[in-house]
Amino acid sequence: MIKTDIIIIGAGPVGLFTVFEAGLLKLKCHLIDALPIPGGQCAEIYPKKPIYDIPGYPTIQASVLVDKLMEQIKPFSPGFTLGETAETLEKDKDGNFTVTTTQGTVHTAPVVAIAGGLGVFKPRKPPIENLHTLEKKYIHYIVKEPSIFNKKNIVISGGGDSALDWALYFAENYAASVKLIHRSDNFRAHNDSVQKALNYAKEGKIEMILNSEVYSLDEKEDNIFLNVRSKNKETQNIKCDNWLPLFGLSPKIGPIGNWGLEIEKNAIKVNNSTDYSTNVDGIFAIGDVNTYDGKLKLILCGFHEAAIMVQSAFKKIHPEKNNVLKYTTVTGIKGF
Amino acid sequence: MDIKIIVKDRNNEKKTVSAPIDMNLNLMEVLKIHNYPIEGTCGGMALCASCHVYVNSENLLPTISDSEQAMLDDNWDSKQNSRLACQIPMSKDVDLLNIEIAPESF
Repeated sequence: MIKTDIIIIGAGPVGLFTVFEAGLLKLKCHLIDALPIPGGQCAEIYPKKPIYDIPGYPTIQASVLVDKLMEQIKPFSPGFTLGETAETLEKDKDGNFTVTTTQGTVHTAPVVAIAGGLGVFKPRKPPIENLHTLEKKYIHYIVKEPSIFNKKNIVISGGGDSALDWALYFAENYAASVKLIHRSDNFRAHNDSVQKALNYAKEGKIEMILNSEVYSLDEKEDNIFLNVRSKNKETQNIKCDNWLPLFGLSPKIGPIGNWGLEIEKNAIKVNNSTDYSTNVDGIFAIGDVNTYDGKLKLILCGFHEAAIMVQSAFKKIHPEKNNVLKYTTVTGIKGF
Repeated sequence: MDIKIIVKDRNNEKKTVSAPIDMNLNLMEVLKIHNYPIEGTCGGMALCASCHVYVNSENLLPTISDSEQAMLDDNWDSKQNSRLACQIPMSKDVDLLNIEIAPESF
């Protein structure tokens, strides 16, 4: 069991900065995020986009902001549970919370800070009728363990970075054969990857099926059959061991919607006149996940909310102590 | 001056909403203001397809950027007349634009 002072749900910019503000008060933090890397939307949706409204930075690329936040919080040695979704929350008689992830990792702390942004990033699934019945055996929306595709004939669908990167990876590793199906003949992935994939297609390492999509699925003798239709209505039937539809991830509010918190329009209602506390004592919500009159979904507002929130977290964790605001210019950073 | 946009929602209900053209708004924002279930997850960068609409009128629209095209290409419900609402700025050109909100992508 992981014990800490503040469990932070969501490792986006606001969750990360909470570690810093808590660290100044000598509070330890542990972050849980469904994505395998820290950064939230900045990492998953727009890593290469410039942000212009971070104070002190006329412009900063989203992924660089994440790197800098990681550097800033390093002295406070945060713990991370990544690639796992916080699923259940329980409060014991002493007021401590236990948060358990989908993979069964158990965390406990007196305070929970939800910095969940838009929610949990879940794979976008193609709307095919029998997808649900075949997905367990044949379909992978995220590649977790590449080695399970050893000597397999795989088909990847999609035209973004993740589809291209995995097609290249499996053309070089493990797979017996790789086919890539894309609805268009343009790819939105990085130019280098696109060029490499086109070269591989010429060399026969990847078979590209462009301007086409999978419209239905069949199963026969431990194989999945993809029925593919092209833009000019030609159809073909492709036999394979596994299908990897990699159409990106989209956020859903997820299990925190069932934690007894007051929710309004997919966001958690908080008390913004005090400390961004929710209707459950000891649980706070900060950043894009919360809502109140006049809420602005801006990273810089989330940073402000984090600084205010940890003051109340401190009082909850150390009711006997009086905290006096100290300036980093005076005290410097004392890590732990 | 306000313009009118004709919106068909996912329950096939049609309504005309008005939108100002001097507020630097795009169609995704207008739909959100009128409480349509449009997420606009990426905030209007054409980096997600959560504001996908079908355009059923002949208004002059900005050309589709590579980024918008890529999002539409990867979207299951895309059709010839698909657009991302966040890429349609409110201007006189889009007065009486007739749109339909595309199914939610899963």
